[in-house]
This record gives sequence, structure tokens and C-alpha cells, in this order.
Amino acid sequence: MNYSSLIIAVLILLGGAYLLGRNRARAIASQGMRLHSLPTHYGALMALWTGLPPLLLLLIWALAEAPIIDHLLIAQLPEAVQQGSSSDIQLAISKVHNLAIGAGIEAAPELEPAVRHLLDLQERTLVLHSGMVLSLALLGIALTWRRIKADMRARTEVESIVRRLLFASSGIAVLTTLGILASVLYEAWQFFGKVSPFEFLFGTTWSPQVALRADQSGSSGSFGAVPLFAGTLLISLIAMFIAVPVGLMAAIYLSEYATPTIRQYAKPALEILAGIPTVVYGFFAALTVAPVIRELGESMGLAVSSESALAAGLVMGIMIIPFVSSLSDDVINAVPQSLRDGSYGLGATKSETVKEVVIPAALPGIVGAIMLAVSRAIGETMIVAMAAGLAANLTANPLDSVTTVTVQIVTLLVGDQEFDSPKTLAAFALGLVLFLVTLVLNFVALKVVQKYREQYD
Amino acid sequence: MSIIENHKTNGAAFCENPKLKARNVGVFYGEKQAIFDVSLDIGANEVIALIGPSGCGKSTFLRCLNRMNDTIDICHVSGEILLDGENIYDTKVDVVPLRARVGMVFQKPNPFPKSIYDNIAYGPRIHGLAHSRVDLDEIVEKSLQRAGLWNEVKDRLHSPGTGLSGGQQQRLCIARTIAVDPEVILMDEPCSALDPIATAKIEELIDELRENYTIAIVTHSMQQAARVSQRTAYFHLGQLIEVNPTDQVFTTPEHTLTEAYITGRFG
Repeated sequence: MNYSSLIIAVLILLGGAYLLGRNRARAIASQGMRLHSLPTHYGALMALWTGLPPLLLLLIWALAEAPIIDHLLIAQLPEAVQQGSSSDIQLAISKVHNLAIGAGIEAAPELEPAVRHLLDLQERTLVLHSGMVLSLALLGIALTWRRIKADMRARTEVESIVRRLLFASSGIAVLTTLGILASVLYEAWQFFGKVSPFEFLFGTTWSPQVALRADQSGSSGSFGAVPLFAGTLLISLIAMFIAVPVGLMAAIYLSEYATPTIRQYAKPALEILAGIPTVVYGFFAALTVAPVIRELGESMGLAVSSESALAAGLVMGIMIIPFVSSLSDDVINAVPQSLRDGSYGLGATKSETVKEVVIPAALPGIVGAIMLAVSRAIGETMIVAMAAGLAANLTANPLDSVTTVTVQIVTLLVGDQEFDSPKTLAAFALGLVLFLVTLVLNFVALKVVQKYREQYD
Repeated sequence: MSIIENHKTNGAAFCENPKLKARNVGVFYGEKQAIFDVSLDIGANEVIALIGPSGCGKSTFLRCLNRMNDTIDICHVSGEILLDGENIYDTKVDVVPLRARVGMVFQKPNPFPKSIYDNIAYGPRIHGLAHSRVDLDEIVEKSLQRAGLWNEVKDRLHSPGTGLSGGQQQRLCIARTIAVDPEVILMDEPCSALDPIATAKIEELIDELRENYTIAIVTHSMQQAARVSQRTAYFHLGQLIEVNPTDQVFTTPEHTLTEAYITGRFG
């Protein structure tokens, strides 16, 4: 049986087990015994014990099967291949797999024993795992059937299993994050074996070209990431310069001045900005904003490159306005009305009240909103890639073309590459830096927001 | 209890030396009328207590006296309220100086998220009452002293006002109101969030403040009304039922509704 029909079989057994468990509990109850739990709890318990272990086994099997089979195949490969390098063995094994499903381009008689062994193994494992999964399910039914008695605490047990299931689900998210972090760390470690961290963090030249072959004429590559950090900083600064004042003032208008009708339409309209795909912003920046800036600059006698940090920063600023405005609007609304009343009661005007009382009270939350917007700005790729260019200039001039960490990660990993060249590994090192920076920003933002919550809840 | 038909207020609603005069005041929240035809004088340098069951409109009426109801969009006030003979609902009147003359203390202490000093200095600053730092220091000290808080906070004027205890916070709010030198202070259940000791302090303070200010206080505690006020006004379902000297209201009420309320038959 293949996986899908196995899963369906287990699910059918699970349904049957539920009915069986419930009916057994009812039968016990009908003999005049007092059950500890409701009959449905016994059914659920039986279903859980019938379904969970086989499905878990199936999962482990699916993950472990391929490496084990490959390992067994190595013994069947010709001597010459077995003596070869690990990549030769890998190549031979993929050939065997291809031949086994009949996709072999060319016949390879020397691999024939391995192919036959593979087909044989696949047939046997199929029978083996179908048998094991189904008998595990039946075993679950049988054991739980025997355990169901009037005084059995089925409800408690079901609750604890459910709790563990929920815990496992949340664990998946955490483990994935840890897994990504570990892989980035590992690759970055490899990169720092080839390029010193000092050069990476403090070098001022970024030119990640590496010769792919020994006979190729290419530069040795230099991996000073400072121009990228500077470019990211410059563009994020320009973006925040737009987004923070505009977003904050929009939030103040929406929460303090707008009538409910205006607010009802204006707030969703503003939030639509956040829903526009960044690639749309990107070509808006590259095709509309950048030329306008260049013409403006030229009319004033300034040299503006056609891809400028200013264009990318401006458009990115517009993109993150809703992040600032929407979150700030929420925290401003959370400021108790009693504070506003207190201020009005002293004869303060609306703007004095907003400036002196409401904003200071909401400040921690506003700072949190800005932090989240900053981490969004730092992570933004598409707008920069399209509007700010790829040239790693170390400059503070917003009219020059610059590049950012994220854009370089994209360019490093696009196209043909070797996974052990410093060029490719540099992407992971950049990713690590980016990850750490946004992690710290998010952490600080969360702390600030938490502190704010404690104040009024 | 049904609404009395004739809209007549029993007792002595008017006095000789009125600071505030309310005449035929009605308040509407949208279509719903919350206050019906209330006429009442508040005398200079007296403490008047507004009592009545929950939802009777006493807080709404209080908030009319410095136009705090303006902050509620659907709220509309009819009739007139005269402060020193001038109608505060006249279109020419600016609410900003009005609220500086008629200050307000709220039910829940609401210190601003600022230092103790800045809480007090807030009003004088926005109204430009202090001409120098020394002036401002003086106003802050004087206000805190009048509110009986100076000795407790003089060593930590620059720590946050929210760090004080509930009773101290409420005295801070009173000091904040005094700092803009108002003529009338409106208090909306100023002690309902406080413990008995803090309440006693505030009541003592109200009695002292009477020398310089006119005070209207809304309260749910009849003992408090009896302790701090000279006149008491009893509201019922948006109508002013009875106004009399406090002693008289609590010993020989004129109206059966007043009697029912003060003897605890409802409320």
C-alpha cells in the first residue's frame, strides 16, 4: 500500500475505534456502573491511540526510508564506484533510482544488480511498513479496548494527550526557526573559515566575484560588507524619515480628529498600502519616482544616478506608512479617555492635549511600532533591487546608487553557483547579520510594547 | 418610582450670591434626553453636593458646568448656564479660558504620565501663568501645599506621578486643578476609588478649599455629602427634585423621593 491509501486506512480505523470505544463505554454504563468520564471521552481516547502511533510511525518511516535504502544500495554498486569519491557514489545512486523508475537515459549494465536490489527493497519495505502501521493501529484498538473500565479516567488522559499535541504543534514553529538559524550559522561558519570575520564586518570593498575554475581570469573577490550595511542604513533612514512623521500624524488624525465616518473609510484605505505587493512598489520606484528625482536633480545642476537611494527610500517609506500609522493608531486609542478629560478639564486645547498628554502616554507603543517598521525596512528587498541598483558604493549621498544586504543576498544566490565557494557562502553570512539585527529590533520592540501594556491593563 | 410630572424643584434652588446660575438646562444624548429642565444656583464659596441614584444625571449636569460634554459628539445642551452672569454656552465663549476658570477633578485619579512637577506645571504652562522658572516653582509648591501633598512629595518632585498611591494621585489631580487658579472646582465622585483614610484627607481638603473656591461635588456617599457640603441637590431620573441646606435634606427632606433615597430604600 502506498502512503495515501495507508493514511486513509488508518483514518477509517480511527473512526471505527471512536465508535467502538464509545459503545463499549455505553455498554459498561448500561450495566448500572458509574463511568468516570462521558462515553465520547472513551471513544476519543480509543481513536487517539489508534491514530497517533501509526501516523507517527509513518512520518518517521517517510523521513528515514530514503537514506537507509541508499545506504543498502552502496554495497551493490560496482567496486570501482565504491572506491570513488562521495560525489561519484551519489551520482551512481541517482542513476540507479532513475533506472528503477524506467527513466534511465542510457542503459548501465554494471548498475543492474543495484537496480534489481532497489526494486526488491522497495517492494519489501512497502509490505513491511504497511503491515507495521496497520498492526500498530489494531494494537491500539485492542489495548485501549481492554483498558476501558468504569473507573478509567479517559477524560484526563484525552486532555493530556491533546495538550501534548498542541505543544508539539507550537514546537514545530520553534524548531523550524532553530533549524533555519542552525543552517545559517553553519554556512556562515564555513564562510568565516575562508574569509576572516574582521574583513567581512569592517572591510569597505564589496566585490564578491570568485573564479569558478582555476584557469579562469577573475578577481579573487573581496567581501567587505560595510558598503552593504551603509546602504541598508541609508535607505532605511530615508524610509523612516518619510514613514515616521507621516504615519504618526496620520495616526493622530485618525484617532483624535477624524469623525467616525471618515475613520471608517480612511483607516482601511491607508492599510491597503500595506497590501500592495512590494514588486509593484519596486517598478513604481524604478520607472516613476527615480526618473522624476533625476530630472529634478539635473534641473538643479546635481548629478543624480538613474538608480538612487533616494528613490528607493522614498517609496519604501510610503510602503511602511501603514505599519507606523496602524499600530500607532491602536496604541493612541488605548490611551485612557480619562487622561484626555484631565487635560481638557484644565483648559488645554486639543493639540496641546495630543502633544503633551496623549503622545507621551502612547510613546512606548509608538516606539514599538516604529521598531517593527524599521525591521520591515531593513528586510525589504524588491524595491531596493529595482530602484537603488546593485552597485556597492560606500556613500552617504542619497542621490548615488547603493545596494543593501538583502539585495546582495539575492544576487549572490541567483544563477549558477557552487555551494562551497565564498561567494555563495557570503549570502549566509549576510543573512546571519540581517537575522541578528532584526531579531534584536523585534526583541526590543516587543519589550517596549510589553512595558506599555503593563501600564494600563 | 415614576417621573414626577410637574418638573418642579422643591426647596431653595436659588441663593443670594450665585457664582454659577443654571437656568432650564436640558441635556440630550442624540435623541435621548438625560437632563430635564434643571435650574440651580451655586453660591460663591460654598460646597454644593449633587446626590442621587446611578444614572440620575448628576454627573452629566456637573460636566455641563465647564462644557466637558463638548467632547462627546452627540451631546447637546439647551437652556443657559451663567458664570458671573455670562452664558457659558454663548457662541462667543471660548472653552479654553472657561475650563481654566472652572476646573474639574475626576472619579478615577488620572495623573498624566509625567513627573509630579510637570503634572502640576502643565496647566500654568499652557495658560502662560508663569513668567519664569522661579514663578513656576512657586506655583507648583503652593498648589501642592494647598492640596496637602507637599510634605509627602517634596523630595521626589521629578519622579512619575503615576507612582503615587491612589489617594496621593487624587490630591495631585486636585493640586493640578488648583495650579491654574480656577474660580470653581467641579468634583465628580473624587473619592469613589479611594480608601477611607485617603477619603478623609480629601474631605478635609475640600473643606479648606471652600475659602477660596466654589465647589460642586457629585458623590454616592451620603455621609460624604453631609460632611463636606452646605447645600445638597437631589437628582432623580434627570430631574432636580430637591435643593436645600444639607442639614435639612438629611433630617427633614421635603420630597418623598429624597426621603426614600437618603433612607436607603433605593439607590
